[in-house]
Amino acid sequence: MKRPTLAVLISSLLALLLASLVLAVTFGPADIAPSEVWQTIGYHLGLVAENPVGRLRDAIIWDLRLPRVLAAAAVGAGLALCGAVMQALTRNPLADPYLLGLSSGASLGAVAFLLAGAALLMPLGAFVGAAAAMGLTLLVTQLLGGATPTRAILAGISISALAAAATSFLIFWSATGDSYREILSWLMGSLSGVVWSEALLVLAALLLAGLPVLLSGRSLDAFAFGDTAAAALGVDVARLRWLLLGGTALLTGVLVSIGGAIGFVGLIVPHVARLVTGSRHRVLLPVAMLLGASFMVWTDTAARSLFEPRELPVGIITALLGAPIFLLVLLRYRRIT
Amino acid sequence: MSAGLVVSGVSVQLGGQPILSGIDMRAASGTMTGLIGPNGAGKSTLMRAILGLLPHGGSVTFDSSDLVTLPRRARAQFTAFVEQNSDTDARLTAREVVMLGRIPFQPVWQASPAPHDLSLAEAALTAVGMTAFTDRLYQTLSGGEQQRIQIARALAQQPRLLLLDEPTNHLDVHAQLATLDLLRQRAHAGATVLLALHDLNLAASFCDSLVVLHGGRVAAAGPPETVLTPALLRQVYGVDAAILRHPGTGRPLIAYGLPG
Repeated sequence: MKRPTLAVLISSLLALLLASLVLAVTFGPADIAPSEVWQTIGYHLGLVAENPVGRLRDAIIWDLRLPRVLAAAAVGAGLALCGAVMQALTRNPLADPYLLGLSSGASLGAVAFLLAGAALLMPLGAFVGAAAAMGLTLLVTQLLGGATPTRAILAGISISALAAAATSFLIFWSATGDSYREILSWLMGSLSGVVWSEALLVLAALLLAGLPVLLSGRSLDAFAFGDTAAAALGVDVARLRWLLLGGTALLTGVLVSIGGAIGFVGLIVPHVARLVTGSRHRVLLPVAMLLGASFMVWTDTAARSLFEPRELPVGIITALLGAPIFLLVLLRYRRIT
Repeated sequence: MSAGLVVSGVSVQLGGQPILSGIDMRAASGTMTGLIGPNGAGKSTLMRAILGLLPHGGSVTFDSSDLVTLPRRARAQFTAFVEQNSDTDARLTAREVVMLGRIPFQPVWQASPAPHDLSLAEAALTAVGMTAFTDRLYQTLSGGEQQRIQIARALAQQPRLLLLDEPTNHLDVHAQLATLDLLRQRAHAGATVLLALHDLNLAASFCDSLVVLHGGRVAAAGPPETVLTPALLRQVYGVDAAILRHPGTGRPLIAYGLPG
């Protein structure tokens, strides 16, 4: 089978992402034209002296919509990257931050810090929660008798359920009224009310944790035939595993602290990307990231515009789209044990 | 003489059980050495120990450089390993699998294969006679075809030390002979080839020397004519054997039977 070249893939996906970002900003109660988006970006980057679109529209574009759209793109890219890496690392086509319990662990950590009054440290709490959940999932998998996809998923589901119960208990214990509903919507996965500082945090995390993970594509390719084969190709298997598990836990923690537990993106986007790229991670990882970014931009746009003025948690949309695809993946890998 | 592989006093313990104890062996450059012995004798373990893939005692050198302390990547630039079973869920074409052999030579940021790497992969595919299968998905190949692709992957690493665990598994008779002939050519072109084999007649007719493992120790080593004796086969395998001569090559030919 022939595959498209990397340059063609990346440039067309970049164009798609750029178009998605600009178009997504135009969606919403106030009518905005794509040209106004460009003008506003140009104005804030200091390219033009005055913004012709006016103060109010400038605020809508620059303060309300752009950070959210950018955050959505970064969250989508991050989730897709984490999913693709976890699938390779565990040789498990069903692995993703959500199914292996990382997202729920991160939620628990974030909510615990939030309710303890340390809202600023939420990303840290989410990272601790994600890392703890990952450690527990790996431990339970080992206790079940070693890593097979089914065992890893069962372990992930049990850890996830435990973390979710603990989170609900925490909320029941200490949250009231408005904060209750806000937390609940965030738990279902929502990018509502994202501001610049949050968007920049996700982008920074994506750069910091994502870049080393992205550069591990070559080593991940070596894993195709298992640990021994990878080691014989010169890969330091243990070091790579810790680097990648740490990187994905960190990234998941930050993603969840901003967008809540958005499910299935990390699972399905890599599978769709793989249809085009095959399993070469040096190509798959960047393609999955770009695809995930565009996917998330559009699902989040749907989340905030479908039932205007009410906002649907975007996690509901990704689950509605993702769960059936998850079933298809299950059917395709029927021989999984 | 220090050219080639020198293994001295290699011991491996797994879960407190000694698997290999005090293995001494040599494999000279430009020769093909067969590692034989019954199931569980430690053949696969010895290969992994040589490649530094599991912790072991003793020393392993190749062309005077210490394989134990060499960085993994440097080691992978002149050694290659073909495992007994190689399967994957990854969606890779035959060429992409062969290209894995170039990983030790590629910088981390390089996402598209360099022309040099591609031409080496092409040459390796030609060497194993698999050019017609280059763009097929690995999973759609038969066991024997997959084995040849793995050998091509190893050849793409341009190894000076090539280790193979049961490379003739899954192969029909013609493919077995073709594979061993190819490996012997590589050896005689200068590489050091060490391969585990179950079929003693194939080992006798293709290998320049044999190392017999039994219970984690070396039971005998040397040219096939001197190693393969009825006494050794009885001691190691528990079989009665008559050693004949191949009418064409003069190599040992073994006719077995169960004792009694």
